Amino acid sequence: MKDDNKVTNIFLSGVGGQGTILASNILAEVFLKAGYDVKKAEVHGMAQRGGDVTTHFRFGKEVDSPLIKEGDADYLISFEFLEAVRYLNWVKPEGKIIINKQEILPPAVSLGQMEYPGDVEMIFKKHFKDNVWVIDGQGLARKLGNIQAANVVIVGAFSVFFPELKEEQWLDAIKTLLAPKLHELNIKAFFEGRKAL
Amino acid sequence: MKKIMQGNEAIARGAWEAGVVVACAYPGTPSSEILAETKVYDEIYTEWSPNEKIALEVAHGASLAGGRALAAMKHVGLNVASDPLMTISYTGVKGGLVIMVADDPGQHSSQNEQDSRNWTRFGKVPMLEPANAQECKDFTKIAFDISERFDTPVLLRGETRVCHSDSLVELGERKESSIAKGLDQKDTPKYVMVPMYSRPKRVAIEGRTAKLAEYADSEFPYNVMTINDPSIGFISSGASYLYTKEVYPQYSFLKLGMVWPFPKKMIAEFFKKVKKVVVVEELDPFFETEIRAMGFKVWHGKDVIPSVGELSPSIVERSLTKAVTGKAYKPPKTRIKAEDLPRRPPNLCAGCSHRPLFYALKKLGLYVFGDIGCYSLAVAPPLSAMHASTCMGAGIGGAYGAGKVMGKEGLGKICAVLGDSTFLHSGMGPLMDTVYNKGYATTLILDNRITAMTGQQETAGTGFTIKGEPASMVDYGELVKALGVKHVRKVDPYNIKETMEVIKEEVNRDDSSVIITVDSPCMMLRRANPLNRFKNPVYLVDTAKCRGCKVCLEINCPAISWQAGAGQAIDAQTQKPERLSSSHSEREGKSLTVLPGEGATQAPVMAGHKRKGTAFINKDQCVGCEVCAQLCKFEAIAPIAK
Repeated sequence: MKDDNKVTNIFLSGVGGQGTILASNILAEVFLKAGYDVKKAEVHGMAQRGGDVTTHFRFGKEVDSPLIKEGDADYLISFEFLEAVRYLNWVKPEGKIIINKQEILPPAVSLGQMEYPGDVEMIFKKHFKDNVWVIDGQGLARKLGNIQAANVVIVGAFSVFFPELKEEQWLDAIKTLLAPKLHELNIKAFFEGRKAL
Repeated sequence: MKKIMQGNEAIARGAWEAGVVVACAYPGTPSSEILAETKVYDEIYTEWSPNEKIALEVAHGASLAGGRALAAMKHVGLNVASDPLMTISYTGVKGGLVIMVADDPGQHSSQNEQDSRNWTRFGKVPMLEPANAQECKDFTKIAFDISERFDTPVLLRGETRVCHSDSLVELGERKESSIAKGLDQKDTPKYVMVPMYSRPKRVAIEGRTAKLAEYADSEFPYNVMTINDPSIGFISSGASYLYTKEVYPQYSFLKLGMVWPFPKKMIAEFFKKVKKVVVVEELDPFFETEIRAMGFKVWHGKDVIPSVGELSPSIVERSLTKAVTGKAYKPPKTRIKAEDLPRRPPNLCAGCSHRPLFYALKKLGLYVFGDIGCYSLAVAPPLSAMHASTCMGAGIGGAYGAGKVMGKEGLGKICAVLGDSTFLHSGMGPLMDTVYNKGYATTLILDNRITAMTGQQETAGTGFTIKGEPASMVDYGELVKALGVKHVRKVDPYNIKETMEVIKEEVNRDDSSVIITVDSPCMMLRRANPLNRFKNPVYLVDTAKCRGCKVCLEINCPAISWQAGAGQAIDAQTQKPERLSSSHSEREGKSLTVLPGEGATQAPVMAGHKRKGTAFINKDQCVGCEVCAQLCKFEAIAPIAK
């Protein structure tokens, strides 16, 4: 974020229903309020019925394309192991990766026809060394009483990469986007994530 | 004030700022959010119409009465609405009329891939194409001005990456149209398209097109030429423009905000100013064909850029690197072959009433003429219970037509299946035809009380308007009786045995019949409390009883999976399962697989019975629909308190 003209690319992946879109909405709100141009692209409709979902999120002084170039993501935020592996090629060699520790079996694995990829953490560490963080978003959210908040736990962990942004900026975004009755839970989830990274 | 908006939201905002008073649509990805956004503005009467043709006709009527009106639809929706479109081009408008059409390159959520730009020249109707949310708003507004000034409907083309991308939008104020409201019988020659009046209109349209072309060249503010490095110039529009600018910002650009008519002078000028011209466009060579027809030499276009599927910055770079830089394209590092990974196609939700219904159809061995909706997912293995699906309503005509060839041989073998919303969209015509012309097909109307796939939109059959106000409600049973259907049955799809019996009776009947599913609302329709009807909150597999026969896997429930090898060892103390087969990580959130008190606490080995694994239910995903329990012959699936 030091280079004024640099565009930062964040690729989010997960499974329909995991809250990928809310997470990317929080990012958009935070970086917009921080004064950046932001662009975000996602797919709705049929793809959301339990299929894999991706969001391209970009911010910078001026952003043209809503889509990231393959191999150009500065960050990969993934809410599911297999969906992290699937988009491995999208990340820059020096890119950073946050993975929510969760497996959701796709049909071919449920039916016993294919194997779920073995040791995902090792695959990532092999290519990205220390730039990989596995966070137990669901476990931390479960402790708070609602596994639905796992996405915000992951957002909290991701927020650590931007020390120039204040906690309040993230909390404001969470409050702006969520109904008041969900504020307390999600703010706690955010801090759990922030501690976890 | 600036706000981040999705393209569709910005189109709705543009409509509001433009003084629109009526907005109509039938939902379809990626256009559905437009009306979800117009409905929040009190000044805009917003409705879900039964189909796109009706949406456009309602909007046209509003225009004739002097109101600005918007009709929105996805690309295949414009096929349905094309009948009025082609003649509204002749009648023109009174209040501004804009038809928003959203393409889906790459078929994220569609039965085909169409380039809607082809309608503009075909219908002789101008078309604008925005690239980002700000342009979505601005282009919508100017489209209404163009519509009124040139007495024409205006097409506004979006696509997935414009409609479903978010970017910043500067908000403006609403300005009411200056057109007076009211109908005038003196306008008859303008609005009654019989040959006497439509022939002169046909001539007038040519004049209108010439004037629009002049406007595109001289006044329209969104055809923009940027001359940087003149060695290469790109002609592009919409999202394709953004991708190209991302990859080659140093070169020159002609960005076309108006797809048609063409700014011919501007294009000629661009060819003078730059050395070589590359045309970058998604899908068809629409611009390229026009430009070549003008006599210009296009250096590169569809010779290198794919005409199938979505473009992206990566594809633009891959296609053009050799030409632009003279060097071979260097792909990003391949760390994994994504095509070798298990795919994750969309699936019916846990508890969805379509699952047992299609399982019943599969067990009966029927040839299923399907339709467009969530139930299209029943085509996927292992359910594999759909054999033809074309467009909305087509299944009924298809089943009827097939019966005409099969004769008595086809009895007991054919059925048509479609949803409630789809039936209202275009199912009544073919059903009437089936009855009238003595077909025998059985039509199943899967009434889940909502338009489900596109995200819970109301219909004339749900009892509510788009704004949630109570409304009339179609009675499907009475409706099909009125069409002449004598045999109308209702089934509870969650009762597989009874459903199979009813279907079997009806498909064997040598007369047309209709079966309507009842008490089976969409799992996502909160107001219907879909989980209320289930007796138990969750079911689990008793590993002591499971014989590993895999019958429960045939329904492709997202909550059920196969545990190979010894299955799961249960640590009775922690009640946390571990996978023994290829253990690599703890399965967080997975349930115990035994029923409390039944005590199968060791790795399951059944006395006298060999098995290769067991079924497993994820209790976080199970909603207690009991469908799998009905299939299990060994009573290994049983309810448990959540």
